[in-house]
This record gives sequence, structure tokens and C-alpha cells, in this order.
Amino acid sequence: MKYIGEHLLPGQIGHFFIVLSLVASLVATFAFYFASKQNILEVKKSWLKFARIAFLLESISVLAVFVLLYYIISHHLFEYKYAWQHSDKQLQLEYLLSCFWEGQEGSFLLWSFWHCVLGWILIWKAKDWEAGVMTVVSFAQFCLATMTLGIYFFGHKVGSNPFALLRNEMDAPIFANANYLEFVKDGNGLNALLQNYWMVIHPPILFLGFASVLIPFAFAFAGLMSKKHDWIKPALPWASFSAAALGLGIMLGAMWAYESLNFGGYWAWDPVENASLVPWLTLVAGLHTNLIYKHSGYSLRATYFFYIISFVFILYSTFLTRSGILGDASVHAFTDLGMNWQLLLFILVFLLPAAWLFLKQYKTIPSIKKEEHTWSREFWMFVGSLVLCLSGFVIISITSLPAFNRTVEHFRFLQKIFKNAFAQPDDAEFTHNQIQVFVAIIIGLLTGAVQFLKYKNTPKSFIGKKFWLPVFISLIVALLIIFVGKVHYSAKGIGFMIAIHLAVFSSVYAIVGNISYISFVLKGKLKSAGGSVAHLGFGLIILGILISSGKKKIISWNKTGIAVFKKTAQEDPAENTTLFKGIKTDMHKYMVTYTGDKFDSSDRKRYYEIDFSPKNGSKGFKVYPNIIKNNKGDGFSPNPDAKHFLTKDIFVYITSFKDDERENDTTTFRNTEINAGDTAYFNNGFIVMKKANINPDSKKHLLQANETGIFLDMEVISKEGGKYIAAPGLAIKSTNEVRLIYDTVLAQNLILSFNKVIDAKTGKIEIGVKENDSLTSLLTLKVLEFPMIKLLWLGVIIMVVGLIMSIIHRVKSKPSKV
Amino acid sequence: MKKIHVVMLVCIAAAIAVLLGFMGNVTTYETIQSAKEKQGKIVTVIAKLDTATLYYDPVKNPNYLTFEAIDSLGDRMKVAYYYEKPYDMEKSERVVLKGKMENNVFEIRKKDGILVKCPSKYKDDMEAAQKNLDVTTK
Repeated sequence: MKYIGEHLLPGQIGHFFIVLSLVASLVATFAFYFASKQNILEVKKSWLKFARIAFLLESISVLAVFVLLYYIISHHLFEYKYAWQHSDKQLQLEYLLSCFWEGQEGSFLLWSFWHCVLGWILIWKAKDWEAGVMTVVSFAQFCLATMTLGIYFFGHKVGSNPFALLRNEMDAPIFANANYLEFVKDGNGLNALLQNYWMVIHPPILFLGFASVLIPFAFAFAGLMSKKHDWIKPALPWASFSAAALGLGIMLGAMWAYESLNFGGYWAWDPVENASLVPWLTLVAGLHTNLIYKHSGYSLRATYFFYIISFVFILYSTFLTRSGILGDASVHAFTDLGMNWQLLLFILVFLLPAAWLFLKQYKTIPSIKKEEHTWSREFWMFVGSLVLCLSGFVIISITSLPAFNRTVEHFRFLQKIFKNAFAQPDDAEFTHNQIQVFVAIIIGLLTGAVQFLKYKNTPKSFIGKKFWLPVFISLIVALLIIFVGKVHYSAKGIGFMIAIHLAVFSSVYAIVGNISYISFVLKGKLKSAGGSVAHLGFGLIILGILISSGKKKIISWNKTGIAVFKKTAQEDPAENTTLFKGIKTDMHKYMVTYTGDKFDSSDRKRYYEIDFSPKNGSKGFKVYPNIIKNNKGDGFSPNPDAKHFLTKDIFVYITSFKDDERENDTTTFRNTEINAGDTAYFNNGFIVMKKANINPDSKKHLLQANETGIFLDMEVISKEGGKYIAAPGLAIKSTNEVRLIYDTVLAQNLILSFNKVIDAKTGKIEIGVKENDSLTSLLTLKVLEFPMIKLLWLGVIIMVVGLIMSIIHRVKSKPSKV
Repeated sequence: MKKIHVVMLVCIAAAIAVLLGFMGNVTTYETIQSAKEKQGKIVTVIAKLDTATLYYDPVKNPNYLTFEAIDSLGDRMKVAYYYEKPYDMEKSERVVLKGKMENNVFEIRKKDGILVKCPSKYKDDMEAAQKNLDVTTK
């Protein structure tokens, strides 16, 4: 059949480039490999030339695929499944790129793109190591190219093609029509949660981080192949770069979670977060052992191990997050693309050769027999690296629980041992916190102290005033923070609180120690202070985490007095407060009002204006959390908003909402005759009529000048025990001109009226009671206070700056001679 | 033995101890039937939400949600949750519930005790997409 209106050319060209990139990267792999094995300079050069041409072709192909896919998405060519599934016509321009990484194919492309960029820097800079390192990079490119291939190989799906056509991928009756495209009017759209500016920059930086971890691995692998170990010098700036890029990528993700997700925080130990944190930990361990080897000759084997394991963890995290194994353990919902075996193979093709070469050559890797001196820098740096690495292992083991379950399913004998599959512990976050707080203590102390030690050995005289002064200062600062700042997180028991106090000291010490190292030992020479600056940033990160999480406070405490279950130290769930439009509600130090909402057609979000007026009369502020209709399915997604102060953030999000739709307002007033002291009933409780007041001061504003007002003093008592005051009234101008003034009890959906006086002598009156299902607009809020969260973000920036400083320092000071 | 080896052994032993401690804390996946047999013990149950039984009224109490859940064996249980209703819960394909059975009500007292799994969030679920396609073409 000939279909009408399809644009098949971009897809055909795209698929051609996918195949070309696959072939070119394979050719480049072999050509770089032969070049690395070749000793005759002329032959080596010609192989290298050939390899570079192949890698150029590969880079052009990846770029072409990228551009074509962008063309398809931006031109809304919905005959392509990728465009149809991940975008729609209303999407703002800036989010078109986000459509790329919503799908797996696009994120593999992004990864591949960064390998190309890094590859060219290597070709430019790596000199003698180019051939060996690029062999590994090209091979990684080959593996990534298979991920977007989309063919069936002996019945197994290999890759998923981003240029697949909708009609080939789906089975629907409309594809029997040649003009089916006329019916496919719009795409499925981008997930609402991804329509956030952090989501435009977080994935590219994170994937740059992922891609960069390959480079130290590639150096190590090339070192094992050639049995030469001087790659350690050129690899060092790469490892620093990787620590910066991956670290920044992870923290941008935390920022995104904080700004746009509604779990109320920046870190939740979600498997997806853990999976990218662990390679960072092992990589940083490797960076430090790399330094040890450069300065003292120790720890070369450890460096090999750390760099290899870091990239293997990157691959493992790819497997965990894309295989669908985490389905029941993560808030992120990942599905099985049917590529699990391919993803597993991706790990093994790197892990097995590297592990085999490492074990085979273990004995030949130089190491020093003599023991490190106890007061040497290398000894304690190694201890730090070890702790980081083990912390990573513990995190990844806990995260791998679902993978463990899946493994058990495959083996009958294991099923006999483990009858029930394991699920997350009761308190999943605390499980990690109680372990990692000790890692933070150790690492903080080492970060502050170890720089004062010298390589090889430190003379006793050196560990004098310079060493003890920062300890003393930190102790005072930490005590001030803990006791003046009241960092008393007691919800998890006294032991954990002490651990947090220790960690506060330790992180303050990391900060103070590094500042004094920069000023007293380096004499303020910033050129070589990159490492210390990075450590300073790291200390700030830890301190920021401890204070902002330890003192995180929910201020939207529910005060309606409805106790659902008894409050205990661990469990106090009354975190949400309901606001009625226009009604001031008491919350912590503020009176909070939901003043209105507005739909913004440019980003299709409904913004709710929430007014915070401090009770002490100082200037208030407004926040605008929003709700976006999720175009995938027909639900809603909330986006929080935060008011940023220097020392804290007030973080607000909408946990439920109800529109002011009065379409079902069919109920009418029910009239009742009543005397003072009598009660009237309504569905959810009763109303006590106390007395009538004439012209009370509190109601004067409701009356006109020549009117006399009679207001009833009533109390509404709900079944749950809530008490509310109500005062419906009558405004009388003359006997013929009487006006009713209604009063409402929003919390009970009640409208009350004072209809008339029946008998002035006995005091008998008539009131009207109206109950309504959808009386008014309301929303439920959760409001949190994060103190000192700025320290965390500041720390991230300083750490990245420090790492970049050290990269510049190393690249400049040593024109990579090998 | 070198100092460094002692340190390594101590650290590794600590890591193993920590992991063993963790394994002591994990909950297990249970069916509704077996959860009922283990009253008062924290367990994890994967079930489907019976939308008709969902009760949440933020006017009365924004921190109280109840519903009934059915597992793949067809058993049913009442569930109580003391936080806001998770967004899009009605559209969930399944829910992962972590809590304990008390008086035949499954009590969830931690915020992260409900994990809502929607068919079309974040991912390439063909069924949801298909349904969407059918709707757009009608």
C-alpha cells in the first residue's frame, strides 16, 4: 500500500547513518588496535590515520542521526514512533530537546555523542596513548551503536531504532488506511515531570559524566594491554574531569528532584540516584589512588581496580535503570525494552576482558613491598579511598535487591533457599542514612587532615600548630552550629543524633582544614589549590546536607485536631493542611491564604497563588506552585515552588486540589424553626443557636449606613469534633427591605441563612441550612522549610570549580610528555 | 601482615556486617493472604487498587486515605494511609504497599509506603500508547 503524507526520507537517511556508525566504529576499533600493537613508526602512523578517518565517519554519523531525529521531532513528523510517543505540537521549543532523552534511544545517542567529543580531545592530546585508549572508546561506540540498531538477530531484538515508523511498531486498524496520518493529529507529548528547565540540562551533563568515566577505564585497559603504566599521568586530569562532570550531573538531578518532584527533598536514595552515585564514589577513590601512585609509587593496582570498576558500575547502572528490574522498587517507572540480554552483554564485554587482563597481569603491575609509613599522606589517602569504595559497594548491594530477586527466579535451587522475594526495608531512607553518616564522618576528617601530612613520612615537628589550629576552630564552629543552630535530629534516636553531630564537626573540619591549608601551607597560591578547593566544596556539600535534611521541618502541620492515630516519635503523619480559597489559615509563623489561580497557556500549567503573611507583621511573600495536566494518560502532575531566603527555603507543593465547579449544586436550603439554645442538625453534625446580636461591631462592615443588622451567634460542631463559629444575619432597612447575609462554614460545606423572625416575643426564628458537595475551591498543601540548603548548592559549585582548577593546573604544568 | 591489610580487613568486615544488618531489616513480598497471617509484621504487598473503594476527602481530613486492594490471587484487603492521596492513583496499574496488617486493615504509616505504578509514566508502554492512539483516531 502507498501511504499518503509520510516523510520517509529523514528516517531512511537516519537509518543509513545508524548502520554507518556501527560499521565505522567497528573499523575504528580494529584500526586503533592495530596501531597500538604496531612498533614500526611508519606503519603505526598509517593505521592511526586510517583509524582517525573511521572515527571521523563515526562522529559524523552520530551527529547526523542526532540532527535527523531532532528534525523529526521539531517538525512533528508523527509517522515516526519516537516523535509521536515523546512529543506533541504544543510543546515549547526549549523542551523539544527533552523529548530526546525521554526515550531510551535518544539517551543512548546523547551518550554516544559525548564519546565522540571526548574521543577527539583524546586524539588531539593523548599522544602515544591515543591508539590504545581510542581502541576502547571506539569499541564502546560500537556497543552503543547496537543499542539503536533495531534489528532481530536469531529471534533476539538487538537495539531499538529511533526511526521506526508508527505503523510498523503498532498494530491498529487505522493503518489499513492509506491516509492514516490524517487521523494521527497529535503526539503523545512529553511527560509533564520532564517539562522543567533542569531537565533540559541535567541529562546532557549526566551523560557527559557517564561518557567521561570511560576515559580513565580506557587508559587503564590500554595500560593492561601494553603492560606500560605511565598512563597514570595523562589519565589524572581526565579522572578529575569525570569527577566534576558526573558529580555535577548527579547534583543537577537532585536540583531537578527538589524543584519539580514532590517527595519534598533533593535525595531519596532511589535506585536511580544510587546507580549514578556509586560510580562517582569509586571514581573519586580511583582519582586519589592515582595521585598516590604519581607521588609515592604505591597503589597502582588499586588505581587499576577503581577505574575498571567505575566504568563497570556505569554499565551496571545502565542495566539496572533500563531493564525494568527496578519496577517495584523505584518511583521511576522503567520498562523492559526487551533488551535485557543485550544490556547484560554490554556489561560483560567490558568487565570480562578487563578483569581477565587485570588478574593475569596483577603480578607484573609494579608495587612497593615496603610498608607505607603511618604518618604518610599515601596511607591515609588510601584508607579514604577504601572507605569511599566500600560505601559504594554497600549502596549498590542494597540497591541490587530487585536484581537479586530476579536472579533467584532463574535458579530453582535458590528458590528453595529464598522462598519469599525481598522487598525494601520499612524505613528505606534511614537504612542508607544510618550507614552513610559514618562514611561522612570518616571522609570529612580525612579530607580536613590528610593534606597536612606529607608523602612518604611527616616529621613530628610538622604536625604542630598548623595541624591543631583548624581542629580547634572547627570544634568551636561545629558546637555553635549544633547548639545555636539547634541541629538536634532526634527522630531516629540518640545514637543517630550523636552521629549527625559528629558528622557536622567532621564536615566543618573538612572546610576549615582546607581553608587553612590553602592560606597557611599553600600561602594563598590558588594555582595549585584545586584539590583543596574541591575538598572545601565537598565539606560544604556534606554540611549542607546535614543541616538542610537534619533540620528539615514540615510547617503545614494539620491543626484541625483530627487525630487519626496516636502521635509517636517516628510517626506523625498530619503533614497536609487544607486551604479554602480566600480563607486565612494558621500555619507555623504565617497566616496562609490561597488567593487564586491562573492558567498559563504558554506552558499549560495552572499556577496557584499562595500568600504567606508572617504573624509578626513583617513583609509577606507569595509562592506559585502549579499543576500540569499530564498528557500521557489524563492525570495531573504537581510542580512545587519555593521561596528562597538566604538561610532557608520555604518549599510548597499541592498535594490535592478541587476546582470550583458548582455544576452539581442542586441542593436547596432546608428551613428550620429554632429558639435560642436549640440545636439543628445537618448530615455531619449539629448547629447550636446561642443568641442574636444587634449591630455587633464585628459585622459593621457588612451593613450599609441606614441598615440595622441582626446576627446570630451560632456554633457548628462536626461529628469529628471540629468546632466552627457561624453568624448569618439580616440587614433591615425598613420592614419591606430586608436583605439576607449568608455565612458559610467551608470546612463542613455548609451555608447558613437567617431567614426571618417568627415570633419576637418567644425568640423563635427561622434559619436555612444548605449542604453542598462542591462548595468551593480548595487545595491541600504541604509546606516544608529547608534551612541552609544554599550551602549544599554552593558546595557543589565550589567542588566543580576546584576540580576544574586542578585540571587546568595539571594540563598546563605538564605538557603531556610520556 | 601490613597495617594497610589490617585496615582493609576491618573495613571489609564492617561493610559485610552492615550488609548483614541490612538483610535483617528487609521486608518480604507477601500475598494478601500471607500478610493477614503475619499480623503486625511489616511486609510488602503488590496489589491492584479497587478504584470504587477509594476514599479521600481533603475537606474533612487531608491526611487520611482509605481504599481496598486486590492481589493477583483475588484476595482483598482494606488499606489505610495517613498522608495525601498520591497523584494519579486511580490510573495506577498496580500499587506496591509497605505496611502492616492490624485488625485486618493494612496500615501504612510511612509516606513512602505506597508506590503507584502507572502504565504510561516515563516510559514506552505500548498498551497505554495504543489506547491513546485509539482515542485520538476516534
